[in-house]
Amino acid sequence: MASSQAPTSTEYIQHHLQNLVFGYHPENGLGIAHSGAEAAQMGFWSINLDSMFFSLVLGAFFIWLFKKAADNFNTGVPGHLQGCVEVIVEFVDTNVRDTFHANNPVIAPMALTIFVWIFLMNLMDLVPVDFVPRLGEAIGIPYMKIVPSTDVNVTMGLSLSVFVLMIYYSIKVKGGMGFVKELTLMPFGSSNPVVQAIFIPVNLLLEGVSLISKPISLALRLFGNMYAGELIFILIALLPFWAQWALSVPWAIFHILVITLQAFIFMMLTIVYMAMAHEHH
Amino acid sequence: MNLNLTLLGQAISFAMFVYFCMKYVWPPIINGLRERQALIAGGLADAEKSSQKREEAEAEIATLLQDAKVQAADIVAKAQKRGNEIVETSKDAARTEGDRLKLSAQAEIDQEVIGAREGLRKQVGSLAVEGARRILGSEVDQSKHNAVIDDLVKQL
Repeated sequence: MASSQAPTSTEYIQHHLQNLVFGYHPENGLGIAHSGAEAAQMGFWSINLDSMFFSLVLGAFFIWLFKKAADNFNTGVPGHLQGCVEVIVEFVDTNVRDTFHANNPVIAPMALTIFVWIFLMNLMDLVPVDFVPRLGEAIGIPYMKIVPSTDVNVTMGLSLSVFVLMIYYSIKVKGGMGFVKELTLMPFGSSNPVVQAIFIPVNLLLEGVSLISKPISLALRLFGNMYAGELIFILIALLPFWAQWALSVPWAIFHILVITLQAFIFMMLTIVYMAMAHEHH
Repeated sequence: MNLNLTLLGQAISFAMFVYFCMKYVWPPIINGLRERQALIAGGLADAEKSSQKREEAEAEIATLLQDAKVQAADIVAKAQKRGNEIVETSKDAARTEGDRLKLSAQAEIDQEVIGAREGLRKQVGSLAVEGARRILGSEVDQSKHNAVIDDLVKQL
């Protein structure tokens, strides 16, 4: 939207859905993509600067805030910040304890990080859609998506990390053979070796699909919800300025529920997947 | 919407944040919470204990009070008995003393009576002699008639 004349609705929407991509373009060389097509031509070896920037800032903010509360932790009467942090930590801790019964010191902090980080990333959705991108344009940044969780790379990055941990713990807890057995001897089993041999490919297909679908569904659920929410905010922003509040306020209020719920679902499913990885059969 | 390096960047950031959270954020908070839980549990247990102790103390107080009452009643009873005894003894002593005083007074009275009688007898003797001297109008020689007078006195 750096162009001088007012953009059409389509241009406006497309502009708002385009990340700030930095990478190597076959024709223009190393630099920032100036259109969606250019960004697509850069392929895999490029990076979404806006997603990275906002997610890192938000993650750092999470660590800073919680570390501050942790450093000044008072076992007596807690202050406001500590009270807030305690509620969140207790909430996560309770959920982890209820679902995850093995002994692993990584799971609870990971669940907390996922919950708060995703919540903060989703929360950016409540910042009016034009505020930060306009500021960016003023200093010469052509594109800016400030909600990292509307970038499929971000949600995939998280869910694939969870997936890798899932496989790592599955093999660590059950052993390589145990993991393979889980994929091949379930859900159909038989005491007859011949029947069992017939079942193995069927089981592998079923279990393989269910295994692969976990990170995909985890990432796309969050991405889809946030992307759709953001899109609706953008559509509302196309209305005349005096009418926008009638739709954007109810949608924003509803979205407060959505962003919290999506963060919670991502955390909860991560805990469930980790619990499944630690389960012995 | 294209998949690109951001994916890896996110995975790395995620790992980093989880590490920081695991190292610096989670343990102090969760330990603090556990500590507070222990503190509260301890406080409640202490309160329970002290309330139990108070009950015990109250029971002890009741027992002590009961004992004290019994003792006090005992002491009062003893004191009363002793008081009665003292009164009895005093009465006896007073009676004896009274008797003794009465006897000595009686003796004194007797003595007085005897003395008075002697004096009267002498005075009557003198009066008789004086009377006789006046009646006779003569000189009655005292020395001559002393024997007679003494005789008279003795007869009184």
